Amino acid sequence: MNRIRNILDFTLSSLLRRKGRNISLIVVYSFVVFILASVIFFTQALRKEASIILRGAPELIVQKVTAGRHDLVPERYIEKIRNIPGVTSVKGRHWGYYFDPIAGANYTIIAVNDPNRLHDINLPDIKKGNIIIGSGISRLRILHTGDSMPFRAYDGTPLYLKVTGLFPSESELVASDIILMTEEDFRALFGTPSGYFTDMTVNIRNPVEIPTIAKKINDLMPDTRPIVRDEILRTYDSVMNWRSGIIMMIFLGALAAFIIFAWDRATGLSAEEKREIGILKAIGWETSDVIMMKFWEGLVVSISSFLTGIILAYIHVFFTSSSLFKPVLMGWSVLYPEFRLTPFIDAYQIVTLFFLVVLPYTIATIVPSWRAATVDPDSVMR
Amino acid sequence: MIRLRDITKVFNSGRPSEFTALRGISVDIELSRVTVLKGPSGSGKTTLLSIIGCMSRPTTGRIWISEREVTSLPERFLTGIKRNTFGFVFQQFNLIRGITVLENIMLPAYTSGEEMKDIRKRALELVRLFNLHGKDSSKIEWLSGGEQQRVAIARAMINNPSIIIADEPTAHLDTKLSEEFMGYMEMLKKIGKTIIIASHDPAVYESDIIDRVLNMRDGFLHSEGI
Repeated sequence: MNRIRNILDFTLSSLLRRKGRNISLIVVYSFVVFILASVIFFTQALRKEASIILRGAPELIVQKVTAGRHDLVPERYIEKIRNIPGVTSVKGRHWGYYFDPIAGANYTIIAVNDPNRLHDINLPDIKKGNIIIGSGISRLRILHTGDSMPFRAYDGTPLYLKVTGLFPSESELVASDIILMTEEDFRALFGTPSGYFTDMTVNIRNPVEIPTIAKKINDLMPDTRPIVRDEILRTYDSVMNWRSGIIMMIFLGALAAFIIFAWDRATGLSAEEKREIGILKAIGWETSDVIMMKFWEGLVVSISSFLTGIILAYIHVFFTSSSLFKPVLMGWSVLYPEFRLTPFIDAYQIVTLFFLVVLPYTIATIVPSWRAATVDPDSVMR
Repeated sequence: MIRLRDITKVFNSGRPSEFTALRGISVDIELSRVTVLKGPSGSGKTTLLSIIGCMSRPTTGRIWISEREVTSLPERFLTGIKRNTFGFVFQQFNLIRGITVLENIMLPAYTSGEEMKDIRKRALELVRLFNLHGKDSSKIEWLSGGEQQRVAIARAMINNPSIIIADEPTAHLDTKLSEEFMGYMEMLKKIGKTIIIASHDPAVYESDIIDRVLNMRDGFLHSEGI
């Protein structure tokens, strides 16, 4: 035990005497861990957000298709679907996009058909002439509760709607560009004929029956396109994966940097280090003592870098909203959501990252020292 | 007694660069005496010294240290013997830069399994013995040549070895420091240490404290005496 403690003591003083070199080593190493951990935290948290968003999604969405394009659904389709056995409920939805020429941004407009869902997320009831807006719009147009927001309706007439609520900031990732209004205002804005909806949501009691019911709907009304939740999930996933793909490139870049960095450590010891190992062997240290010293050295450097990198990545992803990744992730919109991801850490991934970086680095520091330590110590006498 | 029988050392065996440094050396070296291995550069002094000090193994031949045959011992035991029996003073002192005088002196004892405070206590005694007061927390590179030499001797003494091995210890020292070094060797001889020095410096082999000079040339031990 004393032997281990004494060697550890010498290791620490060794690290301190090469302060400059070791600090730069820790800085580079921490940066690599920071990038790797940021990617892991970010993609993991994004997936979690996506799964939360989709938890409340309907089992089936039905669109009407005319000439291969998405068309408005007539009300009678709702009745037809409702009569299919296994269907719990069918609801028509109104939603669309509105281009705001002042801000140069597109908003997503949704008509509220279920006031209970507003209560679920602590939003006020919505009446004719009122809207609830996402915080991205609130920032962009400098609008607060009580302000009036001007719109230009489909026929050119102006329409003023009063902001009565803002989406809570937790939902910013999905709700940044959303405007909620009544069905009546929606029709006034877009000129949608009454008795028509944008699409329909279908709730189904037994998930096993979803594909059968989708097929029945399509057989019954060949001009419809049923979209099952799994397909939405796939679409979300491909959007997430597209982003993950770019992030993955960063991840691989950082990993490559780490491999080069570890390889550099593994293939070379400085002449000074080789000389020191020779001296230690010559004054009575065993090969195993030298390896233990180098093991401690590698472990101290890699664990400090690992912890620094992980803490910085946590702050980066969950407190600064992944500010370094933002340009990559949000380059597609004028309405940048200022979201904060819910802190979520998967212990399994941390352990994987630990084994991916700490272990190879520690081994990489041992190998050249072992090679240097197995030479005859008498070389130091020459 | 240190007994060497038919010691041969061949470097790079079987390769075009094969080189025989020692050729069948047999000699007995008495304990508690000062012995000098004298000879020109390339005569095999350092190689023989490193084999006696268990730093390398002979290609053929055997060595007994105080009646114990050491040639066939595995590395672990050999390192143990090296640590407890021998203290080394190298030509360039081979001190570790960046750490203090005290740490340098303590270094050979770190792996012995002793408590740090015991090692430190012994090291401080050596600091006093070798006139290094006030220098114990100085970095090695701040010391003069003479002070570094004393640190090197103190480090060789930390495990209280019975045999001190010094390889060309005065090669880079002026006459005054060489005399000072021999003064310390005399002090160690008086307390019963066996000292083996490889040198071709007259200040060493003509010194009064020397008991025996072994002349070497081309890997052979060819005569005794100055």
